[in-house]
Amino acid sequence: MAIDENKITRSKKRNQSIAFCVFAVIGFLIVAILVTVLSFIVIKGIGVINWDFITKMPEDGMTKGGIYPAIIGTLCLVGGSMIFAFPIGVMAAICMNEYVKDGILKKIIKQMTNNLSGVPSIVFGLFGMALFVNKLGFGDSILAGSLTLGLLALPVVIRTTEEALKAVDDTFRHASLGLGATTWQTTRNVVLPIAFPNIITGLILSVGRVSGETAPILFTVAAYFLPKLPTSIFDQAMALPYHLYVLSTSGTNIEESRPIAYGTALVLIIIVLLTNILANILRKYFSKKVKMN
Amino acid sequence: MNKLESKQVNFYYGSSHALKDINLAIEANTVTALIGPSGCGKSTYLRLFNRMNDLISDTRLTGEVIIDGVNIYKKGINVDNLRKMTGMVFQKPNPFPKSIFENVAYGLRVNGITDKKFIEERVETTIKQVVLWDEVKDKLKKSAFELSGGQQQRLCIARAMAIQPSVILMDEPTSALDPISTSKVEELIHELKTKYTIVIVTHNMQQAARVSDHTAFFYLGELVEYGVTKQIFTNPNVERTQNYITGRFG
Repeated sequence: MAIDENKITRSKKRNQSIAFCVFAVIGFLIVAILVTVLSFIVIKGIGVINWDFITKMPEDGMTKGGIYPAIIGTLCLVGGSMIFAFPIGVMAAICMNEYVKDGILKKIIKQMTNNLSGVPSIVFGLFGMALFVNKLGFGDSILAGSLTLGLLALPVVIRTTEEALKAVDDTFRHASLGLGATTWQTTRNVVLPIAFPNIITGLILSVGRVSGETAPILFTVAAYFLPKLPTSIFDQAMALPYHLYVLSTSGTNIEESRPIAYGTALVLIIIVLLTNILANILRKYFSKKVKMN
Repeated sequence: MNKLESKQVNFYYGSSHALKDINLAIEANTVTALIGPSGCGKSTYLRLFNRMNDLISDTRLTGEVIIDGVNIYKKGINVDNLRKMTGMVFQKPNPFPKSIFENVAYGLRVNGITDKKFIEERVETTIKQVVLWDEVKDKLKKSAFELSGGQQQRLCIARAMAIQPSVILMDEPTSALDPISTSKVEELIHELKTKYTIVIVTHNMQQAARVSDHTAFFYLGELVEYGVTKQIFTNPNVERTQNYITGRFG
């Protein structure tokens, strides 16, 4: 039987255009949703944003004034959680990827890490309250909140660091070990420098994740209204996501504080966006630097 | 005395039997080529000599692998020290993301040498040995990635030689290189022979014939034939060797 070349060509072309259409529509939808959400918040929120808004205390039952303490509170929490999560997460990933040999132990730890990243954030909040606030007696404080957020970020940090380490070709390790270097020398001098740009990116993306979390800080640090800056890690603090929640659900005058709520949302989004851009810039910068040294 | 030797070596990846009863003795200051089709065990055999196979989980070895009369798999052997005795060169050039100078100095530094002058001298002589000095002497501080593939591979050979091992293991060192770079590396192998014992895995028959004194033909985990290269390539004793070399299978 002869093969009908034309028919095959036609059907190939048709399949190709169908596939292309489907992907184009899906791609467009995703962009459209993102643009809608962003522009909604920008349009509603841009009106209230000015220098006073980001540098002044809230006033008149949070219906006027700024969100300065919430911004500072969020920055403190993000910083604190990372001081805790970065070193532990990176070291755990190094241990898992460079030291522990494949086996049951490694499988169990991996599974645990994966499960941990699937735990709802409110559960982390409850755990943080039970352990840090009550048991260890930190009270509602930046310390307790940072540790709780750090726990939440830990699986993300471990995972991204592990991926970054895995992406380093084994021949680099073998070349180094082959020269009589120990595993630690190899990790420190060869593997980490190569993996560094990707590790940094993963870390900063986890910052973005942490800065928007509300549930974990609910019971551990967040203050409903606290028109002053924290002075120590044992102080309570306001935070952007929680402030947004308060303004939208239980403020003194929800209708009147609506614009401020949108403004807060916009500031939060800008902070997350800026961290993502920073992640990209740093990755590019360090990729170049790795090649140079 | 034989530099490298294996006695009744069997090697397993999990349940697969990768090397079967390999007995082989390699003299000092010779070049030995390991040839055979993909998956025949020649790279596995090469990696026994610096215990690189240790890094793969679920592997097992029986028999003795001997360097300078010492079984390197016996208890109490310090693997880091052992690996200093052998330098390894890989299929793809893989310089570290460091400067040209630091790539060669790396082996010295990780072995605790801090004398700046000593390191500088050693780096210079080693780069000269691999005939790369004239090409890189003005850009030692530049990234090794700026070199061409062939230059990178010669740098990797220099990196392996800087700690002055007595054995150099090469795993298809020219398979990623163009013909001109390949011939440069082959010339280099020829010169290095006076100081080092070289074992080279290659898929390239002509290369084996050109650079080696002895050739070992592996097939399905067995050492089929081992002998003087000239004899293996002109008058092999075993038919399978003949068939492989003449390209009838492989």
